Amino acid sequence: MMPLIVGITFISFAAMSLVPGNFVSSLALDPHISPAVIKQMEAEFGLDQPLLIRYIRWLWEVMHLNLGVSLAYRVNVISLIGSRAVNTVILAVASMLLSWVMAIPIGVVVAVRQNSVLDRVLSFASFLGMSVPAFFLAFLAMDFALWSGRFPVGGSFSPDYASLDAASKVADRFNHLILPALVLGLAGMASLMRLMRSQILEIRNADFVRTARAKGLPERVVMFKHVLRNALNPFVTIAGYSLADLLGGAALVEAVMNLQGLGLLLLNAVRSLDVPLVMGSVLTGTVLLLIGNLLADIALVAVDPRVDFATLAAE
Amino acid sequence: MSALPRPVQPEVAPPSDSRRFEGARRFASGVANEWHMAPWTARAAVLVLTIFYLFAVASPVIAPYDPARQYRQLPDCPPMRLHLNAAAERHHGWLFAYPMRLADPLTREYVEDRSHKTFIRLFYRGHLFTTESADEPYFFLGSEALGRDLFSRIVYGARVSMFIGLVGVAISFSLGIGVGAFSGLVGGTTDNLIMRLCEIEMSLPSFYFLLALAAVIPSGMSPVATFFMIVAIMSFISWAGFARVIRGMSASIRSAAFVEAGRALGGSRARLLARHIIPSVLGFAAVNASLSIPGYILGESALSLLGLGIQEPAASWGNLLSQAMDPQNLEHYPWVMIPGVFISIAVMAFNFLGDHLRDRLDPSNLR
Repeated sequence: MMPLIVGITFISFAAMSLVPGNFVSSLALDPHISPAVIKQMEAEFGLDQPLLIRYIRWLWEVMHLNLGVSLAYRVNVISLIGSRAVNTVILAVASMLLSWVMAIPIGVVVAVRQNSVLDRVLSFASFLGMSVPAFFLAFLAMDFALWSGRFPVGGSFSPDYASLDAASKVADRFNHLILPALVLGLAGMASLMRLMRSQILEIRNADFVRTARAKGLPERVVMFKHVLRNALNPFVTIAGYSLADLLGGAALVEAVMNLQGLGLLLLNAVRSLDVPLVMGSVLTGTVLLLIGNLLADIALVAVDPRVDFATLAAE
Repeated sequence: MSALPRPVQPEVAPPSDSRRFEGARRFASGVANEWHMAPWTARAAVLVLTIFYLFAVASPVIAPYDPARQYRQLPDCPPMRLHLNAAAERHHGWLFAYPMRLADPLTREYVEDRSHKTFIRLFYRGHLFTTESADEPYFFLGSEALGRDLFSRIVYGARVSMFIGLVGVAISFSLGIGVGAFSGLVGGTTDNLIMRLCEIEMSLPSFYFLLALAAVIPSGMSPVATFFMIVAIMSFISWAGFARVIRGMSASIRSAAFVEAGRALGGSRARLLARHIIPSVLGFAAVNASLSIPGYILGESALSLLGLGIQEPAASWGNLLSQAMDPQNLEHYPWVMIPGVFISIAVMAFNFLGDHLRDRLDPSNLR
């Protein structure tokens, strides 16, 4: 896990340093700022050092849980990211729950009625759904918000958010969360539904299901205790990976719907060459991803007693 | 002096038609057969993709106007309505539209100018369809903020979206096959090392990483150079997953009898790789590659949408869609979303086609 983080951050760091110019060079165009001040700022931010030195310094500070100060915002990167990452994680989790809650029952129903009209229609619709990019859905949602007037048009909270009391604050947040969560949830739902369907179809014909039926268990028990529980197995594994997809997808939806999340923060940081902020965001994204994978592994052991960490490590 | 005897031409029967065209005919009937076996979704996908590739290859012909020409008096003009010509005026072509006039420059409200007609001709002045004069445009899908024809820009934008997937797949495909097959063949520590590297690449938060890398692209670069930079970045991110799959296959093929035989006959590692391992994973790899094309299209669109990809004045479906980022535009000029429809349709077509190809080549589906 450690080499992974070092590798990823180093590549990003090197990439950022390939860009001609740095954060200060945009200030150098301003005639009111003298070259001496520019030099001093470069020294202060450590921008005059070679790449490797800068990277090792940065890594050293990270090990002391200090991500540095954002060049553009002049705020500690950790507090900046912390306030934004919460929004992204809430959005990602909400949309993931939403897509699971929609996809699993539909997948089950469709699989039980294989080749019925319902199955065909929904399978086709899910394929269409898989193809429509999340950012396009986000545009449609914005259009819907404009048209209906019921939902806020983008943003994470209302302009008068600070003056609201605690209960209204939660309600306001929730109101702003509905459309983005729906967009991301719908985008992720189609592939989950297809997976659920194929899983159930595969397991329905397994020997242990036939045995369960043969010994006279009611269909409900066969379905929920034998088929469904086994069918859910890969879902737990892909949960971690879908968290990664959601982080990426969320970044775009955040940009389109103007949500104050990690993705939008990173995008602006990349545009202004705010290296500490970019590095902090990439690091946070990577750590969130790894945590997601770890949680998926743990959940897999909890759901499936056949799996233990020894076999996971061997794979 | 008598002329030298001419060398006797050996009597060779000209290949009969049936022999000469045997291969082509067999190929054609194979294609026809595939077409009949394919579900309607796959057929529709092929048709749609053919049209889009025509857009990309023949853009100057299909686009009715110069994509860079700015009709300054017609910014954000809505798509114009088509009308059928009266029989007396059919010599101008069958269709016409009323030209639009900017009624209120502030709200950009347009009215149809019913006093005269703009005639639309097919196969005219070297375009598939266009108006009789390029100075009086017909905006099929509306115009954008600078008064450029949206449809023409979409047609030219197809060049980016339609080829980014092919180029990207070609790069990640060759890298993935080369590295994967090699890794699976040699095994041992090398294999272990390569696979760990691939895992690092696979666990990148890919979109964040893409954003960070896209910052490298200098803003003054030509659209073609930017295109290749984007492709290179995306292939760099995506080849690893591909290599892992190929490695798994080649590791299992390594112990197959025909590879053992090749090794027993003294075949070198390179020869085993080139003659035995790679050919046997190629079919699978091709299908896998075709399924990854939509990822490239979406990646480029996303980058261009955010202003980090292909830059104006060059057109790509992503940067055309970036107009919709402003809710004001979205509300008043809903046709700015049309490029997004094209992106969705292209992705959909590749998905349907890839899905069908996978079904066809999956040995468990053979009847």
